Amino acid sequence: MGTTLQEGRVAISDDVLVIGGGLAGMTSALAAAEQGARVRLLSYKKSTLRNASGLIDLLGYTPNGDLVSDPFDAIATLPEGHPYERVGTEAIRAGFDLFDEAVGETYLGHHTDRNALVPTYGGTVKPTARYPVTTAAGLASDPRDTLLIGFEALSAFDAPLVADHLRAAGVPFDVRGVTVEFPKRFRADATAMRFARALDRDEPADEGPSNTRAALVESVKAHLDGAERVGFPALLGDDYPEEIRGTIETALGVDVFEVPMGPPSLPGLRLEDRLDGALDERGVRLTTGNPAVGFDADGGRVTTVYTDRNGRHVPFEAEQVVLASGGLVGKGVKSNREGVSEPIFDCHVPHPENRYEWFYDDAFDDHPFARFGVHVDRDLRPLDEGDEPEFENLRAAGSVLGGYDLAAEKSGSGVSISTGYAAGRAAGESA
Amino acid sequence: MSKPESESEPTPDEYGTAQSESEFESDPVEAFDDAIDMDLRSGADDCYKCSTCDTSCPVAEVDDEFPGPKFQGPEQWRLKRGDDHDIDPSITDCSNCMRCDNACPSSVPLSQMHNTARGEYVEGLAPSLWNAEDAIADGEYREALSYLGDIPAELSIEFVRNRVLSNYGTMAGLGSKFPRLTNFVMSNRITKEVNDRLLGITGERDFPEFADQTFREWWRERGGPKVESADKRVAYFHGDYSNYNTPEVAKAMVRVYERFGYEIRVPTQRCSGTPMFANGMLRDARRAAEVNVTNLGDFIDRGYDVIASCTSCSMALRQEYPELFDFEETEKVSVHTYEALEYLRIHEDLEGELRDVKDVEFPDLAYHAPCHARNQGISTQAVELLSEAEGFEIEDVGDSCSGISGTYGWKTEKYDKSMQIGEDMFEHMRDAEGDTGLTECPTCAMQMGHGTGYEIRHPLEVLEAALVN
Repeated sequence: MGTTLQEGRVAISDDVLVIGGGLAGMTSALAAAEQGARVRLLSYKKSTLRNASGLIDLLGYTPNGDLVSDPFDAIATLPEGHPYERVGTEAIRAGFDLFDEAVGETYLGHHTDRNALVPTYGGTVKPTARYPVTTAAGLASDPRDTLLIGFEALSAFDAPLVADHLRAAGVPFDVRGVTVEFPKRFRADATAMRFARALDRDEPADEGPSNTRAALVESVKAHLDGAERVGFPALLGDDYPEEIRGTIETALGVDVFEVPMGPPSLPGLRLEDRLDGALDERGVRLTTGNPAVGFDADGGRVTTVYTDRNGRHVPFEAEQVVLASGGLVGKGVKSNREGVSEPIFDCHVPHPENRYEWFYDDAFDDHPFARFGVHVDRDLRPLDEGDEPEFENLRAAGSVLGGYDLAAEKSGSGVSISTGYAAGRAAGESA
Repeated sequence: MSKPESESEPTPDEYGTAQSESEFESDPVEAFDDAIDMDLRSGADDCYKCSTCDTSCPVAEVDDEFPGPKFQGPEQWRLKRGDDHDIDPSITDCSNCMRCDNACPSSVPLSQMHNTARGEYVEGLAPSLWNAEDAIADGEYREALSYLGDIPAELSIEFVRNRVLSNYGTMAGLGSKFPRLTNFVMSNRITKEVNDRLLGITGERDFPEFADQTFREWWRERGGPKVESADKRVAYFHGDYSNYNTPEVAKAMVRVYERFGYEIRVPTQRCSGTPMFANGMLRDARRAAEVNVTNLGDFIDRGYDVIASCTSCSMALRQEYPELFDFEETEKVSVHTYEALEYLRIHEDLEGELRDVKDVEFPDLAYHAPCHARNQGISTQAVELLSEAEGFEIEDVGDSCSGISGTYGWKTEKYDKSMQIGEDMFEHMRDAEGDTGLTECPTCAMQMGHGTGYEIRHPLEVLEAALVN
């Protein structure tokens, strides 16, 4: 280590240390805590779930690009080394059970193995295993005629365009999109958060005697024209989404749903709150603010992980460690012209030596780099160049894993949940 | 434990008085341009506009006019590359809570960008004043005189108010000479009205009382450290507030650390600079920082680590100094500085010590984590530690900002927003079982007391009561 601490120090000590505050890390921590272990979750920054759509996919497309209707059928055909092949079907189911329990009634989809089809703000249809209850009335498999509402001030959701795209995608219902004015005007670059807050507090509308919720209902009513359900961009409240959606549904007399949006994402934030609550309930200790940067090992075991705090290393001791630090975007896997690496434990990341073999020329080609990450044994322990575990007590979960293309397969959440669960449970059992 | 018989080692500047600091103030202030011209391009380039910072900003949440950290940082930086863009005045509405730093998934140095932009903005408000001060510092009195005529026209009440608030330590140094008189005057209704109307310092708050005896006076009277150690040595950065207003926190630090066998030194020091950063008074901050870095650096060379009991002080020494200044020992001081509880948790088995302590003075606690604790990775330490101890019930009152952010909530025009931001915390405190508030930050403590009427303690006071007889 670059900077060492004074001798005789007493490090902060836990049974299981999970590195990474995303979906994989949170699931790991929950699973380890379920085994009775004392668990610490280390996260550099605030959870990035607020950037996520809030949809929980499992497997939307096969590696060949075929749409998947039942993920569990397709998983049996995945190649060796794919994270799902590593953990096996049972762990995937158990991981999703844990997720379902943590999020409670705020998510749907657990009644079936089959994918649901949820409309997105790009006007596509996303195959997904679990979806927020606020999106439920909008499923594309539901034949009811649909009205989408956009707002002048929110350029990220162009309702007529979304409707055009959904129609082009061949959805089995009539869909129209109209743009109305939101009852309150905000600064030109206001985010969905500001709209949500106005609805949460039911702030007075800019014009007329009504408050935001009632005024919004009025402006939508005129466009209803026989539509059987109405979709809004996902901004119907941060603190009180159920109440707001209920109010609008009652007043309009039709079902209301949200269409998940890009960051900052309200469904992502709500999920983050829910999982934070679950971690808290299970006594998981949370340490945020500094990145994990290094470790000590003894006899093939990681003994201590260090975070970097302005150049000084702070030690955290643990019996078992789970690496859930993210992939290329989350900086759990790093690359430069010389090669691709995992920066905390320097675990082996297989990749071609010639960097011109990392990618193909077209943007949407089947790029090798998308599958870069650590390779693991069936206990999720990262493997070195000779296919031996790097460390006896280090497991990896989520997008730090290689061997799958989460963006093309639509499998990011499912891999995080199932490998997070398996790694966390194994760590908790061994600690 | 033994009292050192004599000061065998010379202790640089330990017993220095405020007067002796003037020698540093007369040093020429140079290279200020380093701070505002430093290359922040990579910060701007790293921003991929996810807006996570904006969703974490407590000011943006209550102030629709405030464009948020993404604009104040990367976007403003790019805009002012053009010749015709000045810094937007809204930069002064940022409270410098630094929550955006902790939010950014791409490690954009947001608060550094805000601090430099704010410094540049304030620099432009009173150029003649700064020029005159520079000239005086250089001993060029004739030149200084030539600027004098322009100063009054440039000074706004707000500027003067902000400079006064930034230099709280100087004010407090004077006030604490006559604590009873000052306390009487400052709590007087007429004083409050005058402050409010003329200066824009809110009359809604009670001015913090000055202690009858400052911590440094107490320390001198005590004869300095009562424990000597060759390997457990800390230099205490108490900051202005625990020196002038809450010496009980500083005394608790001394007693707890001596209980664990640490030799404590109390270097001569000035304000950490926190209120100066928040008000864009970077020149004042630079002067104070230079004194602190020089003096603390001397102690570090002799084997001491620096301990602060205020999370904003430790934040300034650790993060803001290296981001804004380049004194020779800035990095060294940054690396060797710790918050008081953080340091003990790393080096001592505090959990074990507390486990069986039963009869405690503050058994039911409602803890608020200061924003400045978050980036240092210590926002959960107090709850973690005390919830393991049998004698305590402790509850975190949520992750919202208290809303006062140092001087922000003291400004008349910001008071209502400050209280709106704090509403979440007040509500959670009222719902919490605990009847004693707990926090490391002195101004969060003010806000907690102001919003709820609770008695507020520092974790060191709780440790002192539990561990020191």
